[in-house]
Amino acid sequence: MQKTIEIENLSVNYGKHNAIDDISLFACKGEILGVIGPANSGKTTFLKCINRTIDFTSTSKVNGTVKVGGENVREMTSVHDLRRRIGMVFPLPVGLPLTIYDNVAYAPRMAGVRDKDELDELVETCLKQSALWDEVKDRLDSLGTKLSGGQQQRLTIARALSHRPEILCLDEFSIAVDPVTTMRIEDVLVELKKEITIVLVTNLVQQARRLSDRVAFMNQSKLVEFDEVDTIFGENPKEKLTFDYVRGYFG
Amino acid sequence: MPLIPKTDGGSIHWTLLREKIIEILIYISGFSAIIFVFSIFAFIFKEASGFVFSHETDWSFFFFNAAWQPLPEESATYGAFSMIIGTISVTLVAMLIAVPFGLGLAVLVSEFCSPKIKETLKIVIELLAAIPSVVWGFVGLKLMNYVLVNFFGAQVGSNLFNGGIVLALMSLPIIVSIAEDAFKAVPDSYREAAEALGATKWQVVYKVLFPAAKNGLLAAVLLGVGRAVGETMAVLMCTGHNLNNPFSSEFPFLNIFDPIRTLTASIAAELGEAPRGSEHWQALFALGLLLFAIIFVINLTADLVVRGIKQEES
Repeated sequence: MQKTIEIENLSVNYGKHNAIDDISLFACKGEILGVIGPANSGKTTFLKCINRTIDFTSTSKVNGTVKVGGENVREMTSVHDLRRRIGMVFPLPVGLPLTIYDNVAYAPRMAGVRDKDELDELVETCLKQSALWDEVKDRLDSLGTKLSGGQQQRLTIARALSHRPEILCLDEFSIAVDPVTTMRIEDVLVELKKEITIVLVTNLVQQARRLSDRVAFMNQSKLVEFDEVDTIFGENPKEKLTFDYVRGYFG
Repeated sequence: MPLIPKTDGGSIHWTLLREKIIEILIYISGFSAIIFVFSIFAFIFKEASGFVFSHETDWSFFFFNAAWQPLPEESATYGAFSMIIGTISVTLVAMLIAVPFGLGLAVLVSEFCSPKIKETLKIVIELLAAIPSVVWGFVGLKLMNYVLVNFFGAQVGSNLFNGGIVLALMSLPIIVSIAEDAFKAVPDSYREAAEALGATKWQVVYKVLFPAAKNGLLAAVLLGVGRAVGETMAVLMCTGHNLNNPFSSEFPFLNIFDPIRTLTASIAAELGEAPRGSEHWQALFALGLLLFAIIFVINLTADLVVRGIKQEES
C-alpha cells in the first residue's frame, strides 16, 4: 500500500482563527479518502494545503508537514509542478472564459502538449470520464461559461483530469449537480481510483460511505477520527461523536 | 394609520410637487448633455455649410489632395489629405507605443507587484494624467526633440516620432486605468482555478485574464485612440506642423522622423488668422466636421465591436 499523501501534525491559522488544529492522516494510491464533517470544520483548508493554494490567502500560517509522493510540499521548488500533479475541483463550478475545448486543453497546453491529435484525444477522454461528452461533443467551440451549472461542474472535473493527475481532490463536487449525474460521476471516480489517489470532501455522509475506503471525520478544526470506512460507519467507531454524526444524531 | 409619505411639516401636495420638481431637474441635466452635443454639431455645421454646400468645392480634392494653401485668397486651394494622413500617422505611432506599454503596466499593477509598489505606481500614473498638454508640448519640443536630433540623427525641427511619444505618454494614463479596472473585474475564482491547474502567473494573465477582460481592454485602447486623435496643443508644438505625407511605398513604409501636421493643430493655428465667415474660415470648420466624423466613427466602432463580442458570448 503506497501512501501518496501524508499529513503530519498539520495546523493552519487564518490570523487568530484556528482553521485546522494538529491533524495527521494519510491517503493511499488506489483508494478514496473521504473527508466528512460539518461546515467550518477545516475540510476545504485541508485541501488547499495539499496543492498549496493556501498560499493565496496572505493571512494564513501553516505548521506541520504535508508530503505528496514522499516529498514535503513546502520544500518543492516549483509549486506549478506540484499543482500539475494534483487535480482540484471546487464546490462551485468555475468555467474559465474559454471555449469548452480550450477549458479542458488549458492545462495540457501549459504543460507543453502541442500536438493537435493528442489534444483532441485527451479532451475527448476527459469529457467522457466526466460524463459530459455526449452533451457537448457538437459544440466544443462554444464558451464554457455558457453551460448550465451542472454541466460546468462536470467541465471542471474534466479539466481537473486533463493533466493526468496523480491525485484528484474534489471539494463537495455534487452541490451543483443533479443526483443522476452525481451517480455517473461517482462511477467514474470508482473507475479512476484504480490508478490514482482521490480525496473526496463531502457533506453527503452517505456519499462518503458509498465511495470511500478510508474516512476522516473533522469537527471544529480537529480530526475526530480517521479509520477505514467500515469502522467509521460500523457499530463501534472509537468516538461517540463519529457515531452520532454519521447516523444523523447531530450536525 | 394610513400610509401617507412622511412630510416634514408641509402638506402632502408640497411633497408631491417637490418630487416632481426634482424629477424635472434630473431630466433637464440628463438631456442637456445631448442638447450640448447637438448644438456643438449644429454650430460647426452652420459655420462650415458655406464650404460644404458650395458648388466650387471638389470633395475628391478636399480628401485626396495635399495642397492646403489658404493664401492668396484668389487662388486658394483646400486639400486636407496631408492633415488626415498626419492625424492617422501620429495616432498610429502613439498607439504602437502606448498600447503595449499601457497594457503591460496594467498587468503589472493589477497582478504582479506588491501593494506598496502598486500604490506608488498608480499615483505616478495619475500624476501623468494631471500634466497640462502645453507642458507636454514644451517637454516634447525642448527635451525629447534635443535627444532625437542629437542622438538619433533626426533632422532639426520636431517630427512625427517626437509627437507620437508625447501623445503616447498622454494617452497612457487612460489606457492603464481602464485596463486595470477591466482586470480587477475578473473574478478571483478564475485566477485560483487556473493556478490550481498549475498555471504560472504569466499563463494566467495570457490565457485567462486577457480573454475575460477583452471588452474592457478594447475600450481602454479605443479611448486612448480618441485621446490621441483629439489632442491639439501638444501635437501642434511637437510634430513640426508641416504638410507632409510620412508614409512611403518603400521600407520602412513610415518615415518616423518626418514632420507632419494634424487636423486639430491646423484648426488651432489658423482659425485666429482667418477672417470670420471667409472661405478659409469655412474650410477650417469643414476640417472640424471631419474630425467630428472621425471620432464618431471610432466610438461607433468601439460600440459595435463590444456589442459583437457580447452577442458572440450569448
